Amino acid sequence: MGGNFAWVMIGCALIGAGASAVGVFSFLRKQALVGDAVAHALLPGVVLAFMFTGEKDIWFLFPGAFVAGWLGLLSIDLISKNSKIKPDTAIAIVLTVFFAIGIVLLTHVQQSNYGNQSGLEAFLFGKAAAMLPADITLFVTVDIALILLIVLTYRYLKLYSFDPDFAKAIGLPVKLIQFILSSLTVLAVASGIQAVGVVLMAALIITPAAAARFFTGRLSHMIILAMVIGIISSLIGVYISSLAVSMPTGPWIVMVLSIIAIMAFVFAPRKGMLQRSRKRKTHQVKIRRENLLKLFYSLEEKKQKQFYTRPQLLRSRRFRGRELELLLNRLLKKGLLQKQENRYGLTEKGRSEATRVVRLHRLWELYLNERMNIAPDHVHHDAEAIEHIITPELERELLKDLGYPELDPHHSEIPGIKGMQR
Amino acid sequence: MIAFEAHNLTVSYDKQPVLWDIDFEIPEGKLVGIIGPNGSGKTTLLKAAMGILEADSGYVKVFEKNPDKVRERLGYVPQRQSVDWDFPATVMDITMMGRYRKGRLFGRLSKTDKEIAVDSLKRVGMYDYRNRQISELSGGQQQRVFIARSLAQQADVYLMDEPFVGIDAASEESILNILQEMRSSGKTVIMVHHDLHTALEFFDWVILLNTRLVAAGPKEEVLTEENLRTAYGGKLNVLSRIADLIKSKEYPIREKDMKE
Repeated sequence: MGGNFAWVMIGCALIGAGASAVGVFSFLRKQALVGDAVAHALLPGVVLAFMFTGEKDIWFLFPGAFVAGWLGLLSIDLISKNSKIKPDTAIAIVLTVFFAIGIVLLTHVQQSNYGNQSGLEAFLFGKAAAMLPADITLFVTVDIALILLIVLTYRYLKLYSFDPDFAKAIGLPVKLIQFILSSLTVLAVASGIQAVGVVLMAALIITPAAAARFFTGRLSHMIILAMVIGIISSLIGVYISSLAVSMPTGPWIVMVLSIIAIMAFVFAPRKGMLQRSRKRKTHQVKIRRENLLKLFYSLEEKKQKQFYTRPQLLRSRRFRGRELELLLNRLLKKGLLQKQENRYGLTEKGRSEATRVVRLHRLWELYLNERMNIAPDHVHHDAEAIEHIITPELERELLKDLGYPELDPHHSEIPGIKGMQR
Repeated sequence: MIAFEAHNLTVSYDKQPVLWDIDFEIPEGKLVGIIGPNGSGKTTLLKAAMGILEADSGYVKVFEKNPDKVRERLGYVPQRQSVDWDFPATVMDITMMGRYRKGRLFGRLSKTDKEIAVDSLKRVGMYDYRNRQISELSGGQQQRVFIARSLAQQADVYLMDEPFVGIDAASEESILNILQEMRSSGKTVIMVHHDLHTALEFFDWVILLNTRLVAAGPKEEVLTEENLRTAYGGKLNVLSRIADLIKSKEYPIREKDMKE
């Protein structure tokens, strides 16, 4: 293996890079499935090229694949434009019909006497190690060419993907741009037929883009990141599949790719599941904390007394399990509560925080009542939720809008308004 | 000078004619409202004017020329919801799109282009947001970015599709100011608009549409009770039945050779 193996790795890295870069545009244009249809549509082209030339040389098979891929694309277009069939159905039809024809032809070739037909089935699931140096040269050339084409036409591809109508409105040659994008897709998919196989090639188009979107909001960064993900998974996939003799490459590349995508989905900063659930949790804790402070405030208002025992607190509001104890400890630590023997009370800092929450609650009740005409006995529950979300800027706006009111719809005082700067 | 002319324009959408024989002229420097009920072909008219939809017959002229010849004099603001705002791009990226031109090899942009984009962002009050993701903007801010992109086109005739739909008061004010500025510098703005009351206030010129042209001209002449009743009193019964027939029976709307 040695030198050839290194060459195979380089080839696969470039195939991964090319497909991932092109895939970003398919992903953004919501054409994920088109890539899959094109990949499956390649098969009859490959087999027919073999039947006509009798050669397994990729320099003959590749043009066959390219033409078949284009025919697949055109068929999708023709069907959805000239019939009542919607694009998603057209894609499914083309994918299955072309693939079925491919399989029929493949079986026919294998059962008749075409000479060196063995190994043709490697185009289904890919066999990277079977690539000869001459094959790799072709794929490397194709992928470098398509990456260059993306770099050169980047701005136009970007504009067209975001707003095709505007592209047309300013007189850009949208038909040409569309043609370039379609050719890029077909070329990228076709360059993976031998290493990845037609069945799974679509994964290299879509998954890197989908994973990269979690990490960045810039198109250029997204393309680079998708390419890195595509390269890494191709390399690892090829390496693993090379460990056993008859292991196909495609499934392994897809396995690695999927693991990376799932990790992105879970762990990505800001958009990942973990971060989002952590955010939700912080909000929940904040809401509980503010609610307990409010409880102290209203008890003070009613009973004119600063300190309360835990059973007294439990009688005024329901808490789950050890929730109250945990909350009390947290608030003590933050200096919002103080403790005298077994009784708890607000500190100065705690009172001003509680005042703020109560003020927001009553302001929102008033807003609902006055601006949205909701009856006073219906506003409490809504305000319970909204009081925690209102930011200082929104509070200022509310105050201005309501004219610095001093009473809420239940005629309780809205605290902290008197003497406020207007 | 005539800034914009539609001549006998007939346009279909999904094979069904939605505009019939539209014919009007707009003098330069006017603020023009295209007004009509839902489904009256307002957006279709704009898209046909921009060359996004092909007309079945008739033509559009901008400064008495084929629009393809004077593309750089035409600015366009599509409907805000016509694009996916989750697209990975910044406010500056989108505004720079207004500087893209046909024939510029690989879309290269110069320093001047950037200055123009920055200036456009400042005019709509979005300069501070230039590095913001467009997905993080409010509806009104998104609309202002679209306006900035069209300003960056430095055109003479602007076509805008409902720029006032679903935006906050601050954005509305900002866009209104821009429109006044444009009018006083002699630009022509043609805008699809949904609200009759505000139309009375700020347009000079009105095109009243309901799949056919009801009236076009200075607003005082067009916005008469009778015209409004005609435009909003429902579609012409026979006309819409013919449109349905054309779609279901696959009739051509025009003989091929009638096309200009």
